[in-house]
Amino acid sequence: MTDILPFLKSLISVSGLSGYETPVADLIAERWRPLVDETRMSRVGSLHGLKKGRGVLPRPSVMIAAHMDAIGLRVSKIVNGFLHITNVGGIDVRVLPGAQVTVHASGSDEELPSVIVMPPARFLPESAGDGVLAINYLLVDTGLLPRDVEKKVHVGDLVSFANEPLELAGDVISGHSLDNRASIAALTVCLEELQNKPHIWDVWAVATVQEEVTFLGASSSAFELRPQIAIVVDGAFAKGPGANGWQTFPLAKGVGLCIGPNMHPFLHKQLSELAERLEIPWFLDVTPSHSGTDAFAVQTTAEGIPTALVEYPLRYMHTPVEAVAVKDIQRVGRLLAEFISSLEANFVDTIVWE
Amino acid sequence: MPTFGNAQLKLLEKLCNAIAISGDEGEVRKIVLEEVKPYADEVKVDALGSVLATKFGRTRSENRMRVMLDAHMDEVGFMIVADDGEGLYRFETIGGIDVRHLVGKQVLVGKERAPAVIGGKPVHLMNGDERTRKVPLDALRIDTGLSGKAKVGDYAGFATKFRRVGPSIMSKSIDDRIGVATLIELLKQSPPNIDLCLAFSVQEEIGLRGAKVAAQYFNPDLAIAVDSTPAYDLPLYEEGENISYNTKLGLGPAIYIADGSTLHDPRLVRFLQETAEAEKIPYQFRQPGGGGTDSGAIQRSLAGIPTVSVSVPHRYTHSPISISRVEDWKSTINLLHAALKRITPALIAVR
Repeated sequence: MTDILPFLKSLISVSGLSGYETPVADLIAERWRPLVDETRMSRVGSLHGLKKGRGVLPRPSVMIAAHMDAIGLRVSKIVNGFLHITNVGGIDVRVLPGAQVTVHASGSDEELPSVIVMPPARFLPESAGDGVLAINYLLVDTGLLPRDVEKKVHVGDLVSFANEPLELAGDVISGHSLDNRASIAALTVCLEELQNKPHIWDVWAVATVQEEVTFLGASSSAFELRPQIAIVVDGAFAKGPGANGWQTFPLAKGVGLCIGPNMHPFLHKQLSELAERLEIPWFLDVTPSHSGTDAFAVQTTAEGIPTALVEYPLRYMHTPVEAVAVKDIQRVGRLLAEFISSLEANFVDTIVWE
Repeated sequence: MPTFGNAQLKLLEKLCNAIAISGDEGEVRKIVLEEVKPYADEVKVDALGSVLATKFGRTRSENRMRVMLDAHMDEVGFMIVADDGEGLYRFETIGGIDVRHLVGKQVLVGKERAPAVIGGKPVHLMNGDERTRKVPLDALRIDTGLSGKAKVGDYAGFATKFRRVGPSIMSKSIDDRIGVATLIELLKQSPPNIDLCLAFSVQEEIGLRGAKVAAQYFNPDLAIAVDSTPAYDLPLYEEGENISYNTKLGLGPAIYIADGSTLHDPRLVRFLQETAEAEKIPYQFRQPGGGGTDSGAIQRSLAGIPTVSVSVPHRYTHSPISISRVEDWKSTINLLHAALKRITPALIAVR
């Protein structure tokens, strides 16, 4: 199996905040191009890669989708060379003080290495409190002189996490934006595996935009491509500090297969039986109502699309030190590839409710 | 004026990237020993681990003052205190660290500098006011990865790497590697009129401990603590002027008049001011107030030692990344170099 770690590290070394995914989209397109028959961008910036199947036309298609956008920040005000910020997507404000970030300065087209800082309590209104500071009280310092900041940075400019990937012991990789670049890596593993595995169905590998805000990419790509079935890949909560409840799963111990209203039970059954046959360890993740993923959007696209959600455990979600086990990512990719190559031409007709 | 350029910034980078938590200063001590040995006449490592280096003057010995310069080698950090299994460890802080700076940061653990992160409960799994409360230290873990092998008692430090950005440097532990680098540069260009006694001291962050015994060893005529002091030169959230900035970046070295631990010797304060004026070196007075440096321990050692403090300002003290201005550091070296050359016994003569 190909070593996906170098590509995954490159994926979490670039920005690509929701709505501004180009830096990461370019990287993914370059990696996918030799693995698929064609790549193109959707109207709203999602990346579509088509790997044609061997079946007779018109061929059914499966969409495998993962969002490539990342949460981040945006400049809201500039005061004496210091930047006020607001969030892009669901930011955990507790991780911001002391975080290394990049300010994407539109005035000078530069990437400014910067830091998020916490002003002393005496500079803030009493209502700010002495607990976690709300995002509007935090500042970004570029280290530049105020007059240069005014020239380079504008209100609205993006601010992304900038810490480098860190390889931890036991095959664990940590960094920002692993949610959901680790899924992009899993789709890539799947495409690599399919190079030597015949499949009847067409495969649309899709890197979606704006999952963290509106699921725009998932719903629009599903509508445009009209796959017969879809599999969405995203992170599940890994067990770890403060995380031991029923929603959490051990790192490096396998693939999550989700059930709940957003997922088609038949697809879940097929995937879990296949995982058993292949001896790929898996766990059952239950999502009682909204899965909080692209699966929510894909399912209700057009006339409705049978959708499955496949996961890997992720520690410290929405922090700059998210962590995943590389082994789990490889497992997700392999399971997808095996599933796709197992699809018979008439699979859709076999989907039954009871 | 002393030479100042890339070589000096490279030395500072090396010192800042080294990890030396109070009580575990070995990595910085090694760099300091390498740097001072070719220039000093006497070098020793004392019982606490401080490096004490002496460079004798070249003028007649009865006129030479013994001048102690102190900079602390240690920085704030962490110690592993319990092993929770599967690469997760409980830890305590060493030195004054605001726990709000910790969650989601990268650290290096133990002698092997094993990469690790500080993690806590994901925000999605929190309810209500848990999201706005400070995360207590005992809810955080150092995560070394699944097969991590840290040991109870291992020290850990922030993993931030030094970088230059425009007029600034961004780094961990500018407090007080910038003082350490300053002392090394002053040794390389030491003046002939004094015996220069350099204390690269340990354990400042947990109670000025190394400097106290260093002063007792050197028994100097006067001392200058060279440190880095916070600049709180940030805008207020609401309208109004910031009148409690402590120091401001870009205004030059900060001369202390009074802090929480020392009333700095007024003769030395005036002397530094006059030197700066005469040599046209920018300087600022640190706003009198709380806080302290090794001067507190040195001044009250032995029969009392006339002592003053000079600091390079930095923003975001004891956090994963601080910011200083290169020009402020350069001016600090220049001021101290000029001052050392001008020191005579008359400066502190008892009337």
